[in-house]
Amino acid sequence: MSAIGHSPPRPDGFAKASGAAVYADDLALPGTWFGATVRSAHPHARVVAVRFAAELAPEGAFCLTAADLPGPNGVQLIDDSWPVLAAGRVRHVGEPVALVAAPTRLGARQAAAAVEVETEPLPAVTTLAEAAAADVPPLAECALVAGDVDAAFAAAPVVVEGSWESGHQEHVYIETNAVTAWWEDDGGVVVHGSMQCPYYVHKALVHAFGLPAERVRVQASTVGGGFGGKEDFPSLIGIHAALLSRAAGRPVRLAYDRHEDVIGTTKRHPAVIRHRTAAAEDGTLLAIEIDLVMDGGAYRTLSPVVLSRGVLHATGPYRCPNVRVRGRVLATHTAPNGAFRGFGAPQTQLAMERQIDLLARRVGLDPLEIRRRNAVRAGDRLPTGQVLDESTSALECLERAAARTGFAERWRRIEAERAARPTGAADGDGAPLPGLGLSLYFHGAGFTGSGERRMESPVGARLLADGRVEVLTAMTDMGQGCAAVFPQIAAAAGGLGEDGVLFAPPDTARVPDSGPTVASRTTMIVGATIARAVAALAERVRAWWAAERGGIWTIEDGHLRFGDGVEGERVPFPDAARAFLAAGGDGEIVERHRPPDWQRFDEETYQGAAYPAFGWGCDVVEVAVDPDTLSVTAVAATAVCEVGRALHPVLCAGQIEGGTLQAIGWATCEEVKLDGGRYLNDRLATYVIPTALDAPRVTVELLERPWEGGPFGAKGVGELPMDGGAPAVAQAIENATGVAVTAIPATPERLWAAREAGRRVEPFAAAAERARPEAVA
Amino acid sequence: MRARLTVNGAPREAEGPPLERLLDVLREQLGLTGAKEGCGEGECGACTVLLDGRPVLSCLVPLVQCEGREVVTVEGVAARTDGRALIERFVAAGGVQCGACTPGIVVTAAALLAAEPAPGRETLRRALAGNLCRCTGYEAILRAFTGDAERPTVASADEVVR
Repeated sequence: MSAIGHSPPRPDGFAKASGAAVYADDLALPGTWFGATVRSAHPHARVVAVRFAAELAPEGAFCLTAADLPGPNGVQLIDDSWPVLAAGRVRHVGEPVALVAAPTRLGARQAAAAVEVETEPLPAVTTLAEAAAADVPPLAECALVAGDVDAAFAAAPVVVEGSWESGHQEHVYIETNAVTAWWEDDGGVVVHGSMQCPYYVHKALVHAFGLPAERVRVQASTVGGGFGGKEDFPSLIGIHAALLSRAAGRPVRLAYDRHEDVIGTTKRHPAVIRHRTAAAEDGTLLAIEIDLVMDGGAYRTLSPVVLSRGVLHATGPYRCPNVRVRGRVLATHTAPNGAFRGFGAPQTQLAMERQIDLLARRVGLDPLEIRRRNAVRAGDRLPTGQVLDESTSALECLERAAARTGFAERWRRIEAERAARPTGAADGDGAPLPGLGLSLYFHGAGFTGSGERRMESPVGARLLADGRVEVLTAMTDMGQGCAAVFPQIAAAAGGLGEDGVLFAPPDTARVPDSGPTVASRTTMIVGATIARAVAALAERVRAWWAAERGGIWTIEDGHLRFGDGVEGERVPFPDAARAFLAAGGDGEIVERHRPPDWQRFDEETYQGAAYPAFGWGCDVVEVAVDPDTLSVTAVAATAVCEVGRALHPVLCAGQIEGGTLQAIGWATCEEVKLDGGRYLNDRLATYVIPTALDAPRVTVELLERPWEGGPFGAKGVGELPMDGGAPAVAQAIENATGVAVTAIPATPERLWAAREAGRRVEPFAAAAERARPEAVA
Repeated sequence: MRARLTVNGAPREAEGPPLERLLDVLREQLGLTGAKEGCGEGECGACTVLLDGRPVLSCLVPLVQCEGREVVTVEGVAARTDGRALIERFVAAGGVQCGACTPGIVVTAAALLAAEPAPGRETLRRALAGNLCRCTGYEAILRAFTGDAERPTVASADEVVR
């Protein structure tokens, strides 16, 4: 167990930092040609003709369209409604219409320029408002109901209503999408590239080419960031590269530049979320009604599951007996929106936190006190009926973050100072206005509902000829650090030294389908199975050895040790393992995920336990707002998160530090600007993510409350921090300026418009006095 | 055109149109793939290399400007004893996650540390402002180079006083 809780340097760290690691576009494969994608310039149009002027392209270059597909024109995800190449109609700017390949990168660009796509533009629906007005069937819908909402509203003394909006977010993994495909002599295809889910790409290739599963091989390269953006999209680009390679008769690389990665690939779903909340005069929640609408873009892709997770997190970490949530995803003529860290929950928890803040001012409570009164405790029921277990730490996170930052006192003091300032076009004397905001959040780890039960997610472990243990999973390290954490788990679970365990690269020809690297499931779900597999294999060797040699043998620190005493004989585990293999022992094992028996979820009624475990968190963010321009700078952020067990504290905190900044970026500066479905900012010069100068000082405290289902008590942590940053920033801006924040990103333009329109929040003291005059008097 | 330049201490020759990007020369002609293309327009810093000792964005440097000059890539930094030590510090602090920005940050930091061996947090933030990182929130990166040994706090949730 010694490895657990320590933070050794990650094993892939030096290779990455020294330039030696091989990323998708670094693969040197002689004879590789380069592909390029010809894209729609229109949000919606009929494709009349696609013409390739071969004379304008390099010799040998060629062009493929939907007519050249060998199988169904659909990328197999949940369904196959996402076209491989647009056929007859394009439905978003940047949609792939044709593919070209040429011997060089430059040649591929020239070949793409030699393709003319003749179109007839059609009317386009490019915003959620237009989509709602168009009255077309949604891409997905679902509902969550608990208690008697109507009766609760009819009887409630306090009712508040709010509408909360959030925009697209681009992943901006620093490594853009890239894959290389080649065909083998046996008629099979290999795709190597940057991806989170090798078996998703595998499934899509089997579907698109009609190949038997064993003729499709997918290998994940070193992955330069994913954040969900490489969950769904590599399936499309993998098919594209395989199509080009098949036609070229040689390997073909398809590597996106940043411009096409921005316009062509998935993003976070924009959302408009309307809330009605019924409460008692003391702020106790009585009923919550939510209407959630997300923009799915042109195709369904993963929208149904994003919506589902969004709905299941829509009431936040709060107790409320009466709940009605209705969620829909509407189609627009924009790039399909897909997986992005948090998967719908950041949008819905932003809205819930904003609504709690609205209620707090209405009943005259500060942000800490209203959360304290309503936060879920162990034993409480979520709207799905799930009863929360002992690993429920919303209150602990809240109290710890508030105490560390002196939140309530500082927040109230700033409220009082703001109330004392004259308000006008410019607030105050030009000095930056400080503001403080607090958010409380939770995140279900693992696939939603019965997903994990269905997948089973096998993990392999086998003894190598040298006696070391090789572990086989399909998980990719996209930066989060399973390359470091898995060996810790395996070594500790098996009693083996860390150098006694190896991990196979995620290559579908070698590893079983242990599921996608998504949904905060890698450490918690797959890690737990690794622990069981390695422990079982080590035990097999130990039991055989003990039977052969007689006496009591135990495993410790990579050795088999004789007897109970400290002086006993010690045999290196690999020596025993080799003897076991030589004697004909079975050195291979496959373990499958075992969900807790009680975790059952009905996907029709939305009742049951949607997640086996939740991470909990509370953020306090301090901002400085320029009173003249209303530009917002995040100065400091404190995140207190309960993660079950921090197996590798540096990496665990690294997830929270990075996720917090990603959330703050979404709340402040990151905005995909579309005009009639066309991008106004399709590059990093204009789509701005936080730099080192924009980033606040982030302080993380990890709280531990081991969860029995996770490896050594660990719960999933990857997505959790994405839920907290934005609502804390929004509240902090209100604290600083008094300008109501109803939509993010809270750009200066948006804040200015809100201030001009007189959308302000009531200062705390006035609210408290109005709500409880007797208390103030 | 043909250009002679020194790359990581060794004389090399490169050939291409005068406006061929140094980044492509390094990656495709010289097999040095440590520098990455993150944006291709000088915004992200993933392609940073040293040109005559100063950090430059190799996606914005044309071959025609490289004649007779000295280029050091992240591979060159890593081959030096002090570069290796810098990288080890960086990895130990948790500065590497996905690693796509890391070579550019290592090169930028190497240039800064050569001029200023013990930079403060604000100096580092300014020096690294041109290197985008999407994974770390920059916190572990700054910790690595400021020598701030502060580690994440870990506590039992049961000990939180309500």
